[in-house]
Amino acid sequence: MNETLIFTVLTLCVLGILSAVALYFVAKKFHVWEDPRIDDVEKMLPGANCGGCGFPGCRGLASALVKADSMEGLACPVGGAATMKAIAEYLGRVAEEKEPEVAVVRCSGSCDVRPRTNKYDGVSSCAVAASLYAGETGCLFGCVGFGDCVAVCAFGALSMDPETGLPVVDDEKCTACGKCVKACPKTIIELRKKGPKSRRVFVSCVNKDKGAITRKACTVGCIGCGKCVKTCPFEAITLENNLAYIDSYKCRLCRKCVVECPTGAIHEVNFPPRPVKTDEPAAPKSSPEPVKAKRSQPATENATMQ
Amino acid sequence: MLKTFKIGGIHPNDNKISKGAPIEAMPLPEKVIIPLSQHIGAPAQPCVAKGDKVKVGDLIGTASGFVSSNIHSSVSGTVVAVDAQPDASGVRKPSVTIAVEGDEWNENILRDATELPDLDAKAIIDAVAVAGVVGMGGATFPTQVKLSVPPGKKAEFLIINGVECEPYLTADHRVMLERPDELLTGVELLCRALSVDKAFIGIENNKPDAIRLLGEKAAAHKGVSIEVVPLKVQYPQGGEKQLIDAVVGRQVPSGALPIDTGAVVQNAGTALAVYEAVVKRKPLFERVVTVTGKPLASPRNLLVRVGTPLRALIDYCGGMNESVGKAIGGGPMMGRAICNLDGSVTKGTSGVLLMDASESTRSEAGPCIRCGKCVSVCPMGLEPYLINAMTKKGRIAETESLHPYDCIECGSCSFTCPARIPLLDYIRLAKTEVMKIMRARKS
Repeated sequence: MNETLIFTVLTLCVLGILSAVALYFVAKKFHVWEDPRIDDVEKMLPGANCGGCGFPGCRGLASALVKADSMEGLACPVGGAATMKAIAEYLGRVAEEKEPEVAVVRCSGSCDVRPRTNKYDGVSSCAVAASLYAGETGCLFGCVGFGDCVAVCAFGALSMDPETGLPVVDDEKCTACGKCVKACPKTIIELRKKGPKSRRVFVSCVNKDKGAITRKACTVGCIGCGKCVKTCPFEAITLENNLAYIDSYKCRLCRKCVVECPTGAIHEVNFPPRPVKTDEPAAPKSSPEPVKAKRSQPATENATMQ
Repeated sequence: MLKTFKIGGIHPNDNKISKGAPIEAMPLPEKVIIPLSQHIGAPAQPCVAKGDKVKVGDLIGTASGFVSSNIHSSVSGTVVAVDAQPDASGVRKPSVTIAVEGDEWNENILRDATELPDLDAKAIIDAVAVAGVVGMGGATFPTQVKLSVPPGKKAEFLIINGVECEPYLTADHRVMLERPDELLTGVELLCRALSVDKAFIGIENNKPDAIRLLGEKAAAHKGVSIEVVPLKVQYPQGGEKQLIDAVVGRQVPSGALPIDTGAVVQNAGTALAVYEAVVKRKPLFERVVTVTGKPLASPRNLLVRVGTPLRALIDYCGGMNESVGKAIGGGPMMGRAICNLDGSVTKGTSGVLLMDASESTRSEAGPCIRCGKCVSVCPMGLEPYLINAMTKKGRIAETESLHPYDCIECGSCSFTCPARIPLLDYIRLAKTEVMKIMRARKS
């Protein structure tokens, strides 16, 4: 009885020691060296694994950062400038200065301004609907409205407005990871400079049709008249394929184009209300919280409405 | 026992309510909008301008590239616009709009000719290319390209597709019944163009009259040997790969072309178009369209000029009423919903189908219960439920190993799904995305 017990214990011990020695040499032989800095950099990243940097997860970006010679083109949209600065310091490099950006929905074609011409009853997916046909309205370029962008947003920054049927971006939550930009089959969403106090001026339309066709399909579309291009004192606006585009890095937020636009396709957000020229009481203040991107009406329009 | 294809397949109700209606020439519309891209491949380049006078059969768009096709005027009149016009799916495509004045045909068209000219293979293929003939089963692949067998490959036989497995559609059936001699001459010409001496005509046995008539005529036919093969009714037998399997028992491997099995498949309507192109020098500017559906007062088979607005066809057959829920271009299985009735009939329009709102409304999809019905009916041996699930999860790139690019979009999976999951919609998405990835990798 005792003998069996001792023999068993001994055999197991010897086996264990032999295996340990074998494993030790195997581990030495097949050891893969990995830069320890990758682990450190990964810890400094937010860990959202959103893929917004273009790499598969935070570790992908971390190893790319460690391997690369400079920080050029490598940035974490979620962590932003602060994170990149910390990583640059750790790696002994200079961080690329990048302005904070935010996703901007460039379509205002709500149900009341863009009449439906047919009814889609297929799968509720923008990608599927856009691959099948022109869409429920006369505008071939506008928002499809099934919220593919909302579905991909990992930060809950996008939501569909049930009244307009268009997605709304929450500036506070948006990290400019760019997932929604890729998900939108009509490339309506664009990453633009966030701007001081989240103030922005942009063309809220991507319709490239000629003015007459655009106007028939939607009353607030860009008709490519070019008035804004002439008005802009900073040459920030270009007109291509019947569509105006404001370069957010050249725009100085003077808002002259907003007043000029005959269809109201150019939007200004998060600005204080403009002084009204008439004697009537001032227009109701736009929503105080900067979160909700609400367009304040141009002065001329206000005057005619009152 | 009757032949059929071996993998998958379904049996939808065939609803051929217009099969007894003889082909009838539709009156000319006041205006036609002829798209310059009615085929797979590069759009044709317009060669007319606003204000030009054109006759029936005049060239208005020239093929631009190898896979492209000529476009001809289907009416006589004045060109009023050369611009982008919305097609049946609402997408604006370059088109030529012509106001109809009279019906004057181009002098080169020999309307009464029936003599078979003595032409060699190249001359036949050239005549087909000049006439802008494309595959008329719906895929609209330029016929001259399909007849030019690539070097290193050899065509052994020709298969004529007279299956018309789509429910409701009867255009090919009527062509086979009413124009059998011309069709067989077209088959003879196609055989000469391919340098083959054997042709099969595959017809499903829900068309016994066509099998009998063409069988008798084919037996009496001098020249190449033409054999009519009756097939067991099963959808999607009209698919090119399925038809080859059904008729000669050869399977096209994934990624290969039908020509790799030695078979060239042409639609019955295409054979007739080839006959007209070669013998009558008549370009492809009109085709037989089945206008059908339960809400329609009188379903018909119409000979329609290309460019005629779809609305005119429906009005001619009794018009719309309140019960219509959907209009479909093509058949109910593979056709696409029409969102713009002012869109035109094109070379590929085989039918216009109106559906009752009760028939056309989609039921709400339930959860997948992994019953595997979609797998068993898929004629390409794919796993639709899996491709659907992966695509919904956004893992499209990973579906490549599931071969979504082999999907022929027949819709058997969606048809059979007991949970009413719109499988095809997601597979189609996966197919285009995966093909994009594969193209990017190649270049």
